Amino acid sequence: MLAYILRRLVQAAAVMLAVALVSFMLFRFVGDPLVNMVGQETSLEDIAELRDRLGLNDPIFVQFADFVWRALQGDFGISYRLQLPVSELILSRLPATLELALISGALAFVFGVGFGVYTALNRRGWVSNTIMTVSLIGVSLPTFLIGVLLIWVFAVELQWLPSFGRGDVVDLGWWSTGLLSTSGRASLILPAITLGLYQMTLIMRLVRAQMLEVLRADFIKFAKARGLTNRAINFGHALKNTLVPVITITGLQLGSIIAFAIITETVFQWPGVGALFINSVQTVDVPVMAAYLVLIALVFVVINLIVDLLYYVVDPRLRVDRAAAAS
Amino acid sequence: MDRLARIWDSDVAWSFRHSPIAIVAAVVALGTIFAAVFAPWLAPYNPFDPASLNLMNGFTPPGTPNAVTGQAFVLGTDHQGRDILSTILYGARISLFVGFAAVIFAMVLGIALGLLAGWRGGWVDSLLMRIADVQLSFPSILIALLIFGVARGFIPAGMREQVAIWVLIVSIGLSDWVQYARVVRGATMVEKGREYVQAARVIGVHPVRIVLRHILPNVIGPVLVIATIGLALAIIAEATLSFLGVGVPPTQPSLGTLIRIGQQFLFSGEWWILVFPSVALLALALSVNLLGDWLRDALNPRLR
Repeated sequence: MLAYILRRLVQAAAVMLAVALVSFMLFRFVGDPLVNMVGQETSLEDIAELRDRLGLNDPIFVQFADFVWRALQGDFGISYRLQLPVSELILSRLPATLELALISGALAFVFGVGFGVYTALNRRGWVSNTIMTVSLIGVSLPTFLIGVLLIWVFAVELQWLPSFGRGDVVDLGWWSTGLLSTSGRASLILPAITLGLYQMTLIMRLVRAQMLEVLRADFIKFAKARGLTNRAINFGHALKNTLVPVITITGLQLGSIIAFAIITETVFQWPGVGALFINSVQTVDVPVMAAYLVLIALVFVVINLIVDLLYYVVDPRLRVDRAAAAS
Repeated sequence: MDRLARIWDSDVAWSFRHSPIAIVAAVVALGTIFAAVFAPWLAPYNPFDPASLNLMNGFTPPGTPNAVTGQAFVLGTDHQGRDILSTILYGARISLFVGFAAVIFAMVLGIALGLLAGWRGGWVDSLLMRIADVQLSFPSILIALLIFGVARGFIPAGMREQVAIWVLIVSIGLSDWVQYARVVRGATMVEKGREYVQAARVIGVHPVRIVLRHILPNVIGPVLVIATIGLALAIIAEATLSFLGVGVPPTQPSLGTLIRIGQQFLFSGEWWILVFPSVALLALALSVNLLGDWLRDALNPRLR
């Protein structure tokens, strides 16, 4: 058990270190960091002194260690474009992204499981066929196109919902939320659907496949023979056994949702971290790019680690296999 | 003639003839590819020739005749007076070029690394598969975006426009090699133990020759299926990056760039600038996707 956790932790640390290295090289070798810091009047002596003071003349691995040390403390320097500390920029935009990601994740899970169960229980109905066909189109449509088409229909033609921004935002200390105002909630609807649709179809197809498999299992036949109601069989036994892999996949998908938020945020001009990243790629704002790279890698590594450990807790077979292999 | 008849009677052809979806998808996909390849001869205008543009023709709705020549703009024009039908044909050309190039790049890289990992085994294999595992836990569009962003950072500002399209191809290719490598590695490990490989070894055939001439033809089948679905994914990835404004340069608009331009005029009522390129992209991605699905099922002996 301990060896397994340790190995996973070492692996996670190795990934983070590799990402940090890429991020550091970006930071150090793209352009001259000094050019973005000094004005035109600065004398050559001052530049040389600053270069020395910033440690840019140190051996490269000392600089890398320094970079990692500062990154661990959340210090990624100053954005070239906005002249603000990167950590501050990202923190101020994180609530918008997390709110969007969590709401779409919840939407995707609820509707995905609902539709999945429905299509598994009613395999031949025309409603099921419609849902399956629409889901196929949903998988093939690129995320940005879904967003643009939703804007066209609901914001331009019908004028029901706003198409950009977060609406009115309420500040709760360091967290700013759009959930407490009417315009904030209205602004959330289209982006949340855009972001959640793909994940929803994924969850739906998974639930349907799992459910069909479980319904064929012997314990379901036995439950039927015992004369349990359909309701108890379908939801008490079948669905319960379907959900374990579904929850793991949904957990893993949370990372993808945060990644795909880059696209949704750009379409809806949502003031989140993803839009910040795209702007920094367009303008080659290296400190922001480097920080985002590390942040997103951290999110993925942490989620994968948690899911792996959960697997270990949930699935006893894994424990037996490892123990047998070890002895 | 004999060969043609044999192909017509083969299982795959039979499955194709009996799948209406596959036939429609093939017609749409091949039609789009044909139109894109021959865009310079088929398009009514050359949208990149400033001489043929006239700002007087800007924002013409679909079906209206050209103010200068009287020739109709079938799908309307954009803000610069460019014919939408022509920009779509030229745009699909760039989308398809990037898509095919990225898939070929990913395929060559994936097959090479897969063969290497499967043949050598040992630490080479574990290292490559570790990297593959890590990469697979990230969505490929994110990987492509990050590689593109990082690569752009390293390229001097003056050259960014010229090499953007190649950087894009490499980024998308690098984000997608894992699939190929894993499949080829698995198949190579199976083939490695077969008698014909042992026989080749015993008579002293060079290992490189064994891998390329004897093993490769036996592991290439599943790769073609992945490549078809990979093409749809690559086209979507390219469109997404271009839509985000970090893909092809604006001087060479792909379908994604056209949709990005169209979105700006959505609120002023010029819907055709957005809708027609979107439909073209959707038709292309959906048809290639469906073809890939069909091919996977048709080549899978367990489903027959």
